[in-house]
Amino acid sequence: MPAIIAKGILETFYVVLVSSFMGYAMGLPLGILLVVTDKEGIAPKVSLNRGIGVVVNILRSIPFVILMVALMPFTRFVVGTTLGPNALIVPLVIGSAPYIARLVESSLKEVDHGVIEAARSMGATPAQIVFKVLLPEARPSLIMGAAIAVITILGYSAMGGFVGAGGLGTIAINYGYYRYQVNIMLVTVVILIIIVQGFQEIGNRLSKRADKRL
Amino acid sequence: MAEREPIIELIGLGKVFESKNNYVKALEDVNLTIYEGEIFGIIGLSGAGKSTLVRCINYLERPTSGKVIFNKIDLSELPERELLKIRRSMGMIFQQFNLLMQRNVLQNVCFPLEIAGVAQKEAQKRAYELLKMVGLSDKAKAYPAQLSGGQKQRVAIARALATNPKVLLCDEATSALDPTTTRSILELLREINRNLGITIIVITHEMSVIEEICSRVAIIDESRIAEVGDVEEVFMRPKSKIARKLIFSGVNHIEHFEGEDKCRIIFDGRTSFEPVIANMVLECRTPVNIMFADTKDIDGKAFGQMVIQLPEDESSKKRIFAYLETHKIPYEEVI
Repeated sequence: MPAIIAKGILETFYVVLVSSFMGYAMGLPLGILLVVTDKEGIAPKVSLNRGIGVVVNILRSIPFVILMVALMPFTRFVVGTTLGPNALIVPLVIGSAPYIARLVESSLKEVDHGVIEAARSMGATPAQIVFKVLLPEARPSLIMGAAIAVITILGYSAMGGFVGAGGLGTIAINYGYYRYQVNIMLVTVVILIIIVQGFQEIGNRLSKRADKRL
Repeated sequence: MAEREPIIELIGLGKVFESKNNYVKALEDVNLTIYEGEIFGIIGLSGAGKSTLVRCINYLERPTSGKVIFNKIDLSELPERELLKIRRSMGMIFQQFNLLMQRNVLQNVCFPLEIAGVAQKEAQKRAYELLKMVGLSDKAKAYPAQLSGGQKQRVAIARALATNPKVLLCDEATSALDPTTTRSILELLREINRNLGITIIVITHEMSVIEEICSRVAIIDESRIAEVGDVEEVFMRPKSKIARKLIFSGVNHIEHFEGEDKCRIIFDGRTSFEPVIANMVLECRTPVNIMFADTKDIDGKAFGQMVIQLPEDESSKKRIFAYLETHKIPYEEVI
């Protein structure tokens, strides 16, 4: 049994970290785009902004369990199977990217408008403002957002248990839910709680260390 | 001043903010000429349009009509990329300092150089020079959050000067600072103007700032320029209603003194620090009531103003005016 749980933990870490990384690869640019093209943004493009906003909202409205099932054909096309950790990564990335985009958007919008104006007064281009002002100034908030994103992805990944995706979620559902082995379910839940605490703590510390406002 | 070259000319400048159900005229037909090397003040109450005006000068806001001519270049004809370059020759500082909070002081001063593509080593060398000039060499590695307001503004000034601008735009630069700090920042601006020959445009709602450092002033009211002139002239003989209001800022209770005639006496520094009012009372043998006084002693000379209530009978009044005239003390009747 401990071997199964250890494998579950490793699978969960693998799925969560890979999905978070890929989710950010998609969500970060989307979030930047949402801020930059906003009608108050540094390069307003209202129709593009609305378009992205609608797509993001639609994807965020679909419950993850349903998204996971609906994306099965696509998942099979991408990774060749609908079972196992790799198959879970596909819906996790697609489900989390719009969420991450909103997290990034709200972090970037916290950056003081005056600082952006100061950069403009020095002749900064929109790209320079994004990479030299928005992202660095929002760094502490982006890190806090990342902790939230990773924890949310961890929560979603547990739902993968219903479709045999592996990881702690599968163990909790297979042993605890289907076979009524409450103790195993409790153990996995406790492990999940510890992992969540760990991610949040890491996020808090990194954010604090990155913040020069004291 | 006459042979000086104009550095900024605003011709028929207008700015309208339009949205779905909103139409706001922020600026209307603004015409101003600012000369190279002067310290020019723009004063107005909040909402008068002065912040929009300063943002039109460096095209952070695009005017909806009229022209901005900077250094003989019509900015309205420039493509965006050229505008970015032009902005490097116009530094700007702000009420809230607007420093990058996640960068230390040195990195903040290097920032505009980084944007302009200057190599890091060279940028740092320049930044250290500027920090020395504003008196913050020892704070190079500190973060803005560790500095006081005055120090932050000094960093902002160093940053604004990094790209060797011809003009420094100051948008309410001292409004968030206490009086002592304000004075030291204004002193620094004066030094910069004198030593580097940089033209400075000061936007403020405080007459005291204008008095302290500006040579000329434009008064803006309800989106228009109400009055332009030498600071002394405008201060002594304000023509527009808004100019009077600003000069008497904080004295709005003057209207509450009803009936009697009032007289404003101006101390322009030409009068030496003698007890003017006391002598006048003794000589004219008539008491006056001082209703408002705001004077300061600069190098033994009196600057400022006083409002006195005049006696009711005409002959005493005449004696007072005669006294003021023979002693060459500028005054005006306030009704």
